[in-house]
Amino acid sequence: MPKLNVNGKVVDVDVEDDTPLLWVIRDHVGLTGTKYGCGVAQCGACTIHIDGVATRSCALPLSAVTEDQKIVTIEGLGAEQPHPVQQVWAELDVAQCGFCQVGMIMATASLLAQNPKPTEDEIRAEITNICRCGTYGRVLAGVKLASERMALNKG
Amino acid sequence: MGSERHATAAAKAVRPSRRGFLAGAGAAAGAFSFGFSFPMPDKALAQSAAAPDVNGWVVIQPDDTVVIRIARIEMGQGSLTGLAQLVAEELECDWDKVRFELVKPGENRRRQNLWRDQSTGGSRAIRGSQDYVRMGGAAARHMLVQAAAQGWGVSPDQCSVAKGVITHKASNRSTTFGAVAQLAATLTPPKEIKLKDPKDWTIAGKPVKRIDTQDKLNGSLVYGIDLKMEGMLVAVPKASPVHGGKLKSFDAKAVLGMRGVKHVLRVDDETVAVVADTFWRAKTALEALPIEWDDGPNAAVTSETIAAKLHEGLSAETNFVGNRTGDAKAALAKATRVIEADYSYPYQNHAPMEVLSATVRWTPERCEMWGPTQVPAAALTTLSTAAGVPIEACEIHTMRIGGSFGRRLQTDYIKMATLIAKQIPNTPVKMMWTREEDMAQGRFHPVTQCRLRAALDADGNVEALHVRISGQSIAAYAIPNLMSANGDPLVFQGLIPGGAEMAIGYTIPNVLVDHAMHNPHVRPGAWRGVNLNQNALYLECFMDELAHAAGADPLVFRRKLMAKHPKHLAVLEAAAKGIGWETSKPAPGVHRGLAQVMGFGSYVAAAAEVSVTGGKLKIHRIVAATDCGHVLNPQQVDAQISGSFVYGLSAMLYGECTVKDGRIEQQNFDTYNVMRLDEMPTVEVITVPSGGFWGGVGEPTIAVAAPAVLNAIFAATGKRVRNMPLKNIDLGST
Repeated sequence: MPKLNVNGKVVDVDVEDDTPLLWVIRDHVGLTGTKYGCGVAQCGACTIHIDGVATRSCALPLSAVTEDQKIVTIEGLGAEQPHPVQQVWAELDVAQCGFCQVGMIMATASLLAQNPKPTEDEIRAEITNICRCGTYGRVLAGVKLASERMALNKG
Repeated sequence: MGSERHATAAAKAVRPSRRGFLAGAGAAAGAFSFGFSFPMPDKALAQSAAAPDVNGWVVIQPDDTVVIRIARIEMGQGSLTGLAQLVAEELECDWDKVRFELVKPGENRRRQNLWRDQSTGGSRAIRGSQDYVRMGGAAARHMLVQAAAQGWGVSPDQCSVAKGVITHKASNRSTTFGAVAQLAATLTPPKEIKLKDPKDWTIAGKPVKRIDTQDKLNGSLVYGIDLKMEGMLVAVPKASPVHGGKLKSFDAKAVLGMRGVKHVLRVDDETVAVVADTFWRAKTALEALPIEWDDGPNAAVTSETIAAKLHEGLSAETNFVGNRTGDAKAALAKATRVIEADYSYPYQNHAPMEVLSATVRWTPERCEMWGPTQVPAAALTTLSTAAGVPIEACEIHTMRIGGSFGRRLQTDYIKMATLIAKQIPNTPVKMMWTREEDMAQGRFHPVTQCRLRAALDADGNVEALHVRISGQSIAAYAIPNLMSANGDPLVFQGLIPGGAEMAIGYTIPNVLVDHAMHNPHVRPGAWRGVNLNQNALYLECFMDELAHAAGADPLVFRRKLMAKHPKHLAVLEAAAKGIGWETSKPAPGVHRGLAQVMGFGSYVAAAAEVSVTGGKLKIHRIVAATDCGHVLNPQQVDAQISGSFVYGLSAMLYGECTVKDGRIEQQNFDTYNVMRLDEMPTVEVITVPSGGFWGGVGEPTIAVAAPAVLNAIFAATGKRVRNMPLKNIDLGST
């Protein structure tokens, strides 16, 4: 039976191996914080981390992931304490309907882990998730503020 | 009341509640022993069954927690927080102790419509209920103070209240809401209530944060598609890709052996569904299912055939008139100079991030639905009718929605889910659409064309204006009881002569606005902004054309026509001033455009700065001005207005659903693109609340987004874009 390492736990998943990781996480692991938006890796609502890298899980089959790869979902990101990106998102009241925000937060957390001080152009190029409510202005401000906060915390 | 309460109760106990609700992420995480916790307090939820319901709007728990009941639907627009602010303001409670609960339509019926209209559309959630919602908070305060006074044996008049603490100064006694709520709930509500003057507000009018945020940031909010119930099955439907076509046949045997597949069902004349243990298995089987369709009489319809029909309507005879002042046709006939232009606006899909879903459990005696709707009462009727179960034995558990923008004003998907669940009694069935189904079975922004003709005299004055709208009526399909001998009144949004909702802001001696109706088979619906979107685009771009034809500056030209419309003009002036229209030159290569309109009871305007380089458009900056009368929460008004540019500019840049072989061609976001962060301009929001009225905020600004930018594009390139969307237009090199 395939196994997955999700948020630090290894779990058995009795699922056809061409099932997209998104649906394995939502319906078999039981974590629904990761959202379905398009199923074709366009919108980013399904963004998770695989070994720290933001990945769109809706178009990635289970067979492409091994037990050794560490998957983190939104439920795992702030499990011990809220991630700085989540804190900043609350502070700036970024979310409207909120449906896309888990993906936005996962994408941002990964971006800042790899590029702690992105320029505005880099943020605009890297965060390609769709938000239909139109929170982009606050998302942009949120990425910048989270970057500053994380630099301070490290300092 | 709301799903929150069930969710929490179940999550805490990690067992099904009495309704068998397993509660998505919370329960799942618990069952997984992930020890998941999120230390920031969440304002959603949690009333103990024993807590006194002071008067329907307010429940106060012994620990002074204030639960405010929210009757309107929250789908991102922030009205949930705004409505709570209004109640809390009059209640004089401690804002930090406010939680919320959603009202269910069956409960509303049982309590004689206590919470009144729950429908949420037309930017009405706050302006349509602010008075009686405030009354509810004030009445509860009266009763709480009276209870405290009664306990002390003093007159309520001698007591004061602040932040949930009631004080009798003379005897130096005080108590809290929580301590007297039980008694207060037994008292008679006051007959007369005086509301606070807005200038004395301390919670309303302030930029407080939303109270429904935390569970959106940690993944714990259970949206409709996230629902889980014990024994639940998942249904994925497919309806005739040609609207109105029929389901001829399907070969269930071909897929019934696939893993997890339980049923293959005919839902109605035009829909089949596969029911399985999970969404993915149902979807996979549905894709493998051989289906035969009867496309019906519209099998050959294309965007081109629809456009040709609409073009005929530009010059056809019609009796549907939305605005008639003087005699525009006669004035145009004898005018020495007539300016004329044709515009068009395509079909668009709402494309909310959360696809449609509804979870229904049917038994012959009772039918319940858990899921999103913008119209709880209508949804309850749909549920009852489709279920064949009396409405008293039906309930809808309303939920917060992952975006909706008007799509869930219609209840087609609720009927569909009910007809599926009815075939699998005693089993909760979550019907969930694929994005592709959502794209194919939208209730689309209607398609129209517009011919505008204006007479200019030698001094550049507009003597006459004829606006001929040709195209689809939303009401004819979706709200037939609105139709009259004069057609569909919604068609004329923003162009009607007066009123408090959507009046035109120009004085022209001879005006005719009329409509030639043609309703293609593609089903329409109200799409955030509704008909104001294209009407504002038509009129505001044409005004810009007239200004240029008259050799006048677009702001100066409008001013002359707007003297009798001071509120329209005030926001236009504010936007123009904000961008520096008359005071500063834009950066080299950058050009400006303006637009204004009245819609949904508010006055809005936008000024845009753009550049076009090598045919590529860049929108640098937008200044938006709004007079919505009262501003209930400035930072949420800011969020709505900023977001309106994303919705409006996405439509202008990319929004188009085309028809071929009778069906919508676009299937997902790869072919129905929307704006992303890389194209987001800076948006500066100016509010100029003049008080004395309550205007909507969620929709009106969408309508000025496109024309302000299109007028700036003309300034930059000399090209007049009259057909949306821009992706089809070559802006050339400059």
